[in-house]
Parts: sequence; structure tokens; C-alpha cells
Amino acid sequence: MNEIIKIEKLERIFRVGSDEVHALRGVSFTIFSGEFVSIMGTSGSGKSTLLNIMGCLDRPTSGEYYIDQTAVSLRTKDELSTLRNRKIGFVFQSYNLLPRTSALENVELPLLYNNTISNRERRERAIRALEQVGLQDRMTHQPNQLSGGQQQRVAIARALVNEPVILLADEATGNLDTRTSYEIMNLFQHLNREGITIAFVTHESDIADFTGRTILLRDGRVVKDTAVETKSAKAALEALPGSENQ
Amino acid sequence: MNILSLLKIAGKALLRNKMRAFLTMLGIIIGISSVIAMVSLGQSSSQSINNQISSMGTNLIMVMRGNMRRGGVSMGNTNMQTLTVKDVDAIRTQAGNVSVVSPVVSASGQLVNGSKNWVGSIQGGNSDLLSIRMYKLASGINFTEDDVRNSAKVCVVGKTVVNNLFETGENPIGKMIRFNKIPMKIIGVLESRGQNQWGQDQDDIVVMPYTTVMKRILAITYIHQIVASARSESVADAATDEIEAILQTTHKLKVGQDNDFEVRTQAEMLEMMTSVTGFLTVLLAAIASISLIVGGIGIMNIMYVTVTERIKEIGLRMSIGAKNRDILLQFLCESVILSLIGGIIGILFGLMISYFASMGLSWPFVISLPSVGLSFLVCVATGIFFGWYPAKKAASLDPIAALRHE
Repeated sequence: MNEIIKIEKLERIFRVGSDEVHALRGVSFTIFSGEFVSIMGTSGSGKSTLLNIMGCLDRPTSGEYYIDQTAVSLRTKDELSTLRNRKIGFVFQSYNLLPRTSALENVELPLLYNNTISNRERRERAIRALEQVGLQDRMTHQPNQLSGGQQQRVAIARALVNEPVILLADEATGNLDTRTSYEIMNLFQHLNREGITIAFVTHESDIADFTGRTILLRDGRVVKDTAVETKSAKAALEALPGSENQ
Repeated sequence: MNILSLLKIAGKALLRNKMRAFLTMLGIIIGISSVIAMVSLGQSSSQSINNQISSMGTNLIMVMRGNMRRGGVSMGNTNMQTLTVKDVDAIRTQAGNVSVVSPVVSASGQLVNGSKNWVGSIQGGNSDLLSIRMYKLASGINFTEDDVRNSAKVCVVGKTVVNNLFETGENPIGKMIRFNKIPMKIIGVLESRGQNQWGQDQDDIVVMPYTTVMKRILAITYIHQIVASARSESVADAATDEIEAILQTTHKLKVGQDNDFEVRTQAEMLEMMTSVTGFLTVLLAAIASISLIVGGIGIMNIMYVTVTERIKEIGLRMSIGAKNRDILLQFLCESVILSLIGGIIGILFGLMISYFASMGLSWPFVISLPSVGLSFLVCVATGIFFGWYPAKKAASLDPIAALRHE
């Protein structure tokens, strides 16, 4: 199996005035192709810092980080931008869709920053990504015409459109009710079965239950890294009260 | 990121807030249109003055008698008898840049036709005088060189003279009028030219052969003035120098001796008038460009607000792979589009203003292409200059902080 993410003794120190804050104190793990990993921890555990580094938005103070066998630590800002554009798909808690812009154009956005893709291919890939998340009949809708769950699906389609090596989801269900959360987790499980590698940052353990492996962070260190039995989101959805009526 | 998608992104962002985009443009529209209108109107006014002076003959060169000085006291030029027909002949044969030349002798007195009379002035010249002075015949014919040789008692008259000596509708051609008891036959009537810019009636004129005026009316052997046409406006200066040199020779002036004549061109007059209007044009354009600066600051202000409002969008764009340069260019593009569209509307609007204003003032409508082109460049420059700081601010945002911004 391919190593999609390889992290070795990662440290990140923030300087606040004369104080040093150790956000990460030597984190090491590897994520292989096809895994569905949740990264858990309370606030202050360093999971946001870890996600920023994994997403090539930030650089570690020391340690090594490889994404898709590419070393990230010594890259310039522009090279990091290109890495984000080609290798990573972000899904945020607050969707971050452009207002007054159609779903299709929102999904096309990452490909606009990739010169190697023609206008036609961009359009085709955006349509395909929207089909993957089940929004083929909502392409011309603008975010304010879509429900929260639908907006998050558009955001997932946007993360998929550049065919990334890994999807990084940051509390992707944080703004959604239980039913919609389960629907989104069902979509993630579905995408994972199709071979997409996913790292899912959350602080809710019932959401983490839907993944196949949980990495628990505390005070900047990995305290637990275990494979868990994956709970089916589809089953959980059906078990919700009121499901029979739908 | 290619330029087309950049323009598309910037355009879409502007369309998301049409009212604000329009209000921002308004500053540029007002700035550019006032600059265009001012420059264009300034040029219209100088063109109008230019036309008036040109209608007197652009290539016109006048030689006047010089002032007489006796013991350091100027005695005026009325008694000078230095210009003669010989000078005219010398200029005609020797000055290569002069196309036609005519002597001028003037007299004034009572014109009488039956019971009607009019005090008018008579200009004596050769058959070229009318063309040098740019008069055209409305009816009848000009006098000929034969008439000049014979000192024929024929004349060509202007409209004012006709109106005052004849009944309405009466044909003056072939009629005899008297000037100081000397009868003369009218053989032509001049086209009306109205007043010149100094309010002088150009139709109050009687033109006849200079020989007739010199011998039969004034009984003099000298002439008052010489008028000549340069072959073209561009050689007017050369022609002036030629005439000066020729007259210095015929008048046997020693080197260093003051000329006893004075050569003037219409071009000198033109220069003086246009320098005044040119100064006014620059002044008005300078005032108008202040409003352009104000418009530019408006753009800067709005772009700052836009960047602050869209911090989260900027963070998102960075997270999906936009480089700092892409963000910078996007916001720069937005401000350039604003200023450019505002500029184009402003140019059209300014031309419209100056069109209607010059219609109202019956000035010629002049589109100054350099000023239109310059305004266009100024628009782009305004967009870049005032858009730069906000765009730089956007591009230097930290993606993590921008994404987390609420």
C-alpha cells in the first residue's frame, strides 16, 4: 500500500512574545492509501495545528512531513500552494462556498488555479464531482438556495474535483444536525469505499466511530492510534427515529 | 492562472455587488468626463478662433510702412512714402515662397448713388487682392490686369455698400456710383463675410484697381501697404524673411540700419491667440484632474472594504491553491476593471458634454485623440495605483488566519 501521508517527529512551536508554545511535540504516524482516519482531541490538543501542517498551510518547526512521497518541510510558499492545489482536498466546518455563485462554479474553483486543465475539462470534472456527491440536479443553484447538508456536499465535490491524494475534513459535520451529519458521514464512507483516502478531524467520538482508525492527540502528542471497527453510517441513519416515514 | 479566468473571477466578484461597483465607478466617470470635456472644449474654442483668423487668410503677409523717427521722436507712419509699386514687382519676381502679391492703397470718402449716399473706404489693389484677402464674388466679375493698366474706373463692392446705396432687390452690377465726384462702374459684388472677431464689418468695402486710386483719387506715387500670400502656411516664415531681404535691397538699407517698413504675418496673430486658449485649456484640465484623483481614492477606499469583507474568501482561495500572486492579480484586476469601465463611460460622457456645449456655443466640435488616449491610460494607471495597496493587503494575508476569520 502507498504511503499517502508520512509524519515523523513533527514539532511546531509558536512564539507568543517571549513565551514558546509547543503545539506539537513530536508527532509521528503514517496514513496509507484507502484509509479513513479520524484525528481526535480536545481544543488545545494540537489537532488544528496538525491539520494545518497536513494541509500544507503551515510548516513544521522540525520533523519531516511527506505527502504522496513528496517532502513538504522545505518548500516555498508558492510550491505549497501548488501542492494544495494538486494533492489536497479541504472540507471545512462552515463550507466556505462563494456566495452568489452557482454550485458548479464553486466546484470548478480549484481547477481555475491549475493551468494544465482546459475550460472543457474543468467543466466536465466539476459535473462529475457533483454527480459523485449526488447533486447532479442542483448544479445551477446558489449556496443560499441549498440546505446546510447540500452546501457541505458542494464543498465535498469541490474538494474532490482536483482528484486529491487525500481529503482533509475539519469538523465537517460541526454545523449540521445529527441526521444530516450521518448523511454526510455516509457519503464519506461511500467515497472511501471507492478508494479515496480521508483524514477527518473531529472532537465528537460518535462521528469518529464511522471511521476505520482513530488517532487521539493530547497536549501535542499522539496518545492513542488504533484501528476501530467501522460503524455503518447507513445503518445509523436507518436507526434514527422517524426514518421509516421517509 | 490565465488572464481570461482572472478577468472572469474579477468580473463575477464585481457583479455580486452592482450598486457598489457603479458608485465606485461614478467617481472615475465624473473625473474622466470632466477632463475630456474641458480639454475638448478648450480645443474647440481655440479652433474657433483659429478658423476666424484663418478666414482672413492664413498665409497672409502684410508689409506696412515703418515709423518715422526724427531726433528720437516717433512721428507715426502716415507720412512715410517708402513703399512703392517697384517693391511689389521686386517681391513678385524674387520671392520664391510668395504666390501672389498686391499693393494696397486706401482712401475713404462719400459714395453716392442718386439720392443715397454712404461713407465708405476704398481699397486699391491689383487683380489678386481679392484672393489674398480671401474674398469671393457673389455675382459679377473681378477687374483684370488690363483694368489696372488702364486705371479703369471699375469697382467690386461689398454687401453693406450695396445695401446702403441701392433699393432692396435692385441689381447693382453695371450701375454707376460716384466716389468724391468720380464716377465708377460696379462690375462685381462680394460674398458677405460678416464681422471679424474685432467687430469690424468686413462687407463695408469697395475694391478697385490701385492705379485708379493712386492716379484719379489720391494723386500719389507711393502705396500704403503690401499684402502677399505665402505658398503655404509652412513657408510663411520663409516668405517673410524673403520679403524683408528684398525690401532691404530695394530700399538700399545699410547693414545694421533700421528697416523703414514692417513685415507682419497672420501666423503671429494666431500664435498669440492660441497661446492664451492653450493656457486656459491646461488650467481647466488641471482642475478637472483633481476630481479624477478623488475618484481614484474612492476606488482605493472601496477595494479596502472589499478585501476586509472577503477575508474568508481569500483564505479559501489560498487553501485550494491560489498563490499570493493570483490573489494580488485578482484584486488588481477588479480595481482596473472598475476604473477602465468607469473611464470608458467617462470618455463617452465627456465627449457628449463637449459636443452639446460646442453646439450651443456654435464652436467646432473637436475630439482630441491624444487626450482620449491619455485618459484611457490614466484610468488603467489609477486602477493599478489605487488598487495596489488593498490587493497587496489581500495577498499578504495568512491563509490559516483568513480561513478562521469571522
